[in-house]
Amino acid sequence: MKQYRALGGLAALALLTLTACGGGSSNPLSTASSAVPASASGSGSAPAGGAGSVTVGSANFPENVLLAEIYAGALKAKGVQVTKKLSIGSRETYIPGLQDGSIDVIPEYSGVLLQYFDKAATAVSSDDVYAALPKALPATLQVLEQSKAEDKDAIVVSKATADKYKLTSIADLAPVAKDLVLGGPPEFKTRPDGVPGLASKYSVTFKEFKALDVGGPLTVNALKNGQVQAADLFSTDSSIVTNGFVVLADPKSLYTAQNVLPLINKAKLTPAITEALNGVSAKLDTPTLTTLLAKVAVDKKEPADVAAEWLKTNGLG
Amino acid sequence: MIGDVVGWLTDPAHWSGVDGIPTHLFEHVWYSLLAVVVAAAIALPLGLLIGHTGRGTFVVAGLANGLRALPTLGLLILFVILLSPHITGTLVYLLPSEIVLVLLAVPPILTSTYAGVQNVPPAVRDAAEGMGMTGFRVLTRVELPCALPLLLSGVRAATLQCIATATVAAYVSLGGFGRYVVDGLAQRDFPQMAAGAVLVAGLALVADALLVLLERLTVSPGVSGRFGEPAGAGGSGRVRGMSRMVQRFLPLRTNLSRQETS
Repeated sequence: MKQYRALGGLAALALLTLTACGGGSSNPLSTASSAVPASASGSGSAPAGGAGSVTVGSANFPENVLLAEIYAGALKAKGVQVTKKLSIGSRETYIPGLQDGSIDVIPEYSGVLLQYFDKAATAVSSDDVYAALPKALPATLQVLEQSKAEDKDAIVVSKATADKYKLTSIADLAPVAKDLVLGGPPEFKTRPDGVPGLASKYSVTFKEFKALDVGGPLTVNALKNGQVQAADLFSTDSSIVTNGFVVLADPKSLYTAQNVLPLINKAKLTPAITEALNGVSAKLDTPTLTTLLAKVAVDKKEPADVAAEWLKTNGLG
Repeated sequence: MIGDVVGWLTDPAHWSGVDGIPTHLFEHVWYSLLAVVVAAAIALPLGLLIGHTGRGTFVVAGLANGLRALPTLGLLILFVILLSPHITGTLVYLLPSEIVLVLLAVPPILTSTYAGVQNVPPAVRDAAEGMGMTGFRVLTRVELPCALPLLLSGVRAATLQCIATATVAAYVSLGGFGRYVVDGLAQRDFPQMAAGAVLVAGLALVADALLVLLERLTVSPGVSGRFGEPAGAGGSGRVRGMSRMVQRFLPLRTNLSRQETS
């Protein structure tokens, strides 16, 4: 529905891009190189041959703002003219903004982005989700290469628990979970990927489930102080770094992949932009993002400064 | 919606097990009762003392009313986070829950107790003293029975508040009917949430009815109003001024007023 409405509102631009791209954009890895010159010359909104100019947007939570600052910094370093419109709001607000040209690029998460455009999507692993994205996205939008960084639900244990039971993956919990208490948000008790999912996919059944908060202070403190031995937290939560928690791997993809990746208006793409953003994605992984986010959330540093510092040390800024 | 709630409440699956209504009823009553008993143990002696001596009313009344303004949920989470490094097990959630409930229950019991004692007609107090009662006997034999209706209304208010607020215990992983409210909201299971609210309201009504019954049984008929106003209630200022003189004739005066009112 949303797709059609958006397309209706942007019929002219969509038509231009569709005709310009022809049929060669189904492979996500080839789109970046093949589609860019075509759409750039077709729409005329990006200066042909130049580095281009974009408006970087972000959702209204610290991690997304930080990612947008990283994108903005990397783009500037490649000579792209960058305007920032950060903390816009939720996906329901900024996706229309991306389609009407208010913003041109935004850091996104692969799983929820796919879900937004395709309610019936079933892909869960990083590769499957990424492969499904180009077909689900409206013709005006495109994702560039995805990073290894993911922000999603994760089963997290304390260092002591991980050492004691030699835990690295959720599957390792199966024989020992009967002695452990799991903490998480109240809905985790009934959510398909919560307690029932752990039981059906990994045969992990905990002694008890304690309903706490959504990755908030109650859950973090309970895990830190031993009221629970395992907890559902977000994989980029700064408390994971500050408390030395261990994130258990999810080899069976109980949680849909949520790789960080740039979502961009195709008409604005230039080779310089592609190069800059793919450069960021190549260097970004979950521990990096978690550490950077901790600098913003815990040390109260400016997202722009944290972004600039990281870009510099990685030769991107 | 109402049908859904009734359906939820009458589903046999919700009446057994660790997440069943009987389990959560027991927990809810336990949290509330514990809080009211602890609050009464603090507030009753303090209230009687303040009412009897007339000292500290301003400070204690201000403090008690200040306590009422504390945000329960914020305080609860603060206590959990402060205590969690020092206490293990479920106590780390039970103790903060009880602290915030006691803080809520103390002010109504405290204020109603000292107000009840202070509102005992001075003539009655004077009469008791005139009969040679010691301060402690005046308090227990005269002031306390006279203050009992107001005192018990404070206990009733505190109990209702505790039963309603004990739902926050579920916010920090404990049980009680709050479990249905908190889980129902998080799981978008609104019949469960509404059923939780109905159960809390029902429990509050039952508890209130029981306390009314207690009031009937414990309050002296002379105080509860069956004989009209207690002796000397009207025109207390004048009576107080005359009290020293009247003391001598008290038995007579009491008889007289009984005759007048009955």
